[in-house]
Amino acid sequence: MSDPEFHPADFMKPADFMGPADFIKVDGVDMTFSRGEEEVHALRGLDLSIPKGRFVAVVGPSGCGKSTLMRLLTGLAKPSAGTVTLEGAALRGPAKGVGMAFQNASLLPWRSTLSNVMLPFEIVAPHKRRLRANRAEYEARARALLKTVGLEAFADNQPWELSGGMQQRANVARAIVHEPRLMMLDEPFGALDAFTREELWSVMQALWMERGFTAVLITHDLREAVYLADEVLVMSARPGRIVHRQEIDLPRPRTLEMTYEPPFQAHVHSLRDHIQTVREAH
Amino acid sequence: MTRRRLQILMPWAVTLGLFALWEAFCKISGIEVFILPAPSDAWAAGVEFWPQLLEHSLQTLFTTTAGFVLAVGFGVLLGLAIGSSTLVYKGLYPVLVGFNSIPKVALVPVLVIWFGIGTVPAIITAFVISFFPIAVNVATGLATIEPELTDVLRSLGASRREILAKIGLPRAMPYLFASLKIAITLSFVGSVISETVASNSGIGYLMLAASSNYNVPLVFAGLLVVAFLGVLMYALMALVEGRMTGWAFRGTDLMS
Repeated sequence: MSDPEFHPADFMKPADFMGPADFIKVDGVDMTFSRGEEEVHALRGLDLSIPKGRFVAVVGPSGCGKSTLMRLLTGLAKPSAGTVTLEGAALRGPAKGVGMAFQNASLLPWRSTLSNVMLPFEIVAPHKRRLRANRAEYEARARALLKTVGLEAFADNQPWELSGGMQQRANVARAIVHEPRLMMLDEPFGALDAFTREELWSVMQALWMERGFTAVLITHDLREAVYLADEVLVMSARPGRIVHRQEIDLPRPRTLEMTYEPPFQAHVHSLRDHIQTVREAH
Repeated sequence: MTRRRLQILMPWAVTLGLFALWEAFCKISGIEVFILPAPSDAWAAGVEFWPQLLEHSLQTLFTTTAGFVLAVGFGVLLGLAIGSSTLVYKGLYPVLVGFNSIPKVALVPVLVIWFGIGTVPAIITAFVISFFPIAVNVATGLATIEPELTDVLRSLGASRREILAKIGLPRAMPYLFASLKIAITLSFVGSVISETVASNSGIGYLMLAASSNYNVPLVFAGLLVVAFLGVLMYALMALVEGRMTGWAFRGTDLMS
């Protein structure tokens, strides 16, 4: 757990090999774990770049290292080789102020929904310093966000009183309340029923269109990827790398009706073919 | 009668029933009072010697509580250290398990050499016997934090201290309070052992003195007082637990 401190100076030196459009850049990253005697190559020779404000989805066969990629992009894991840069600075520890949402809603059971959503304000600068004196203002912000995700009536309920879908709404709200520059979504809708999931796609899209953060979504669901993303990356089986990049040029806001129309279906089919190829190659 | 009222009556009914059985057994079998006194004999002895009984049980309550408070302080700190650092865990665990395996009664003579007889060894024995479950439980609470939750906080930029304060401590609270119920009863075991072996006061000493006078009813009165104090302190801990960590019990009516 001993991560070297993150140096603010890293943010100031521009990396000369990158264009200004690159928000995240991954160069030749290898990721190897040792499991007993054997070495497991989770990622090998992975390159990718994500411009600021884009919504990018990563899909791939299970066990291809998608979640490893996610930990890598936020600095929670260190690459065995290669570099990860975030806004022009090489990552040397957990990137601060990133919003994360996992499949497991992982709300704190001893806090109300509102208090759970306000958690980032207690940690992220400069809110951390201002919170005590400006509690009402922050609470209003959190309540407004709860309203956007349709939870305004449940702000004061405890998490276990919420349904799975509502917990996941609260989880997304917690990940986003401090307006992070980067939002990481690791199958956040994976455990929900189909109707709730589709409902949350539209909530997610609305939040993204309103706030314009950069988002990386990891998912198994190709329809979800096409619905939400500007760009879908297909990863190969282990050792993972990006084998296909697909631009999703559908207009926004996208609707559920669009998912049944040919252009949407064509994207899903094309992605499915690529994943099939990857799985057969394995 | 509703099931709920039955649940409230049950502990009283079972306790009184056991006493009634015991009383009946003694009266019917005609067993000698210095072998097994009936509850009524123990009660009579308790009434007869109540000033001594009160004085010595207050002493025992004092040493037990003092040892328990020390155990909570030390156990929580130790549990935090073990639970939040793998290195500390690896280093200390064998030592702790080894120490916990030593029968604490064997420590009392050593404590007497160091501190003399009386209050201090009783407090220390109560302490050493009860800190272990507290430390283990607090460590377990910390060690079972979902890794996703830690990731969420780390990617927000939380320091280790903040992670401990925001999730570690609240997460460990139900484990801590569960262990307090065990620890308080163990504390009584510790203090009474020490008083029995080396003291001039306390319930343990009173029982030893009574048994050397063949006043077996008074020995049993002492035993019942210890049991009563144990139940009382346990109930107190359960009450505190319910107040502090009601969220951990969700919808179940375990607490009601």
